[in-house]
Amino acid sequence: MELRRDVFQAIADPTRRAIITLVALQAMTPSAIAENFASSRQTISKHIQILTECEILQQEQTGREIYYQLNPKKLKAIADFIEPFRNLWDDRFNKLEAVMKKYKSSQ
Amino acid sequence: MERKTKIHAEEGRQELLITREFELPVELLFRAYTDPEIVEQWMGTKVLKLENKKHGSWQFETSDPQGNVVFQSNGVIHDLVLNQRITRTFEMDNTPFAVQLEFLDFEELTSDTSKLTMHIVFKSVADRDQLLQLPFGQGLNMAHNRLQNICNRLKDKNYDKAQ
Repeated sequence: MELRRDVFQAIADPTRRAIITLVALQAMTPSAIAENFASSRQTISKHIQILTECEILQQEQTGREIYYQLNPKKLKAIADFIEPFRNLWDDRFNKLEAVMKKYKSSQ
Repeated sequence: MERKTKIHAEEGRQELLITREFELPVELLFRAYTDPEIVEQWMGTKVLKLENKKHGSWQFETSDPQGNVVFQSNGVIHDLVLNQRITRTFEMDNTPFAVQLEFLDFEELTSDTSKLTMHIVFKSVADRDQLLQLPFGQGLNMAHNRLQNICNRLKDKNYDKAQ
């Protein structure tokens, strides 16, 4: 449970979600990430730090540069959290649709 | 299989947005919510009461194959506009969960397709997250059974007497 809270804290903020989307496409340096935002470098650094602490981002040292890349396992944890609930509703609605289609054709 | 239902649960907010598009005219989609016999078919529950009107109320009950009641829910209908919207409350009986407020919007997309938007408001963020964490994955009945187990653990003495 504790772990989940952390991950959800990470995606609570719109800037952090934007960072996740950027890094999902390719590994990036902190300055490359910051270039995409109007916020200060420090603000973006703080967001990157939180994402790293939650293990959504992973650091990778390449020469003198630090690159950040996505940890797909953590992202999956987020998806898994809501998935059972979504499946429940999807199953219900599929049933609703099937029942009503049958009902429609019997009219 | 493609999952058509979308759930939007923003962190730190005590609400949920569930959306789904149907290959059904909006009149039929709406009917699926107001005709007791049809509700029973797709919800897999028994409809004890369903008053489709402003200030009406509703009551559902689910039993296991042996006939034991495993799940009960109830609420009031705050507002109902034909083929457009239902505003109602939802409460699970004998559980520690607080009542939820539901805004159901029915929208015609084409003459043969429609969209349902369920906006659910919870008493607190914790309430919402707790509900999301219930083991819902394995089908409705299984979920109800599990829910019952959870409730049994949490139930109070009054519940014992009532059963």
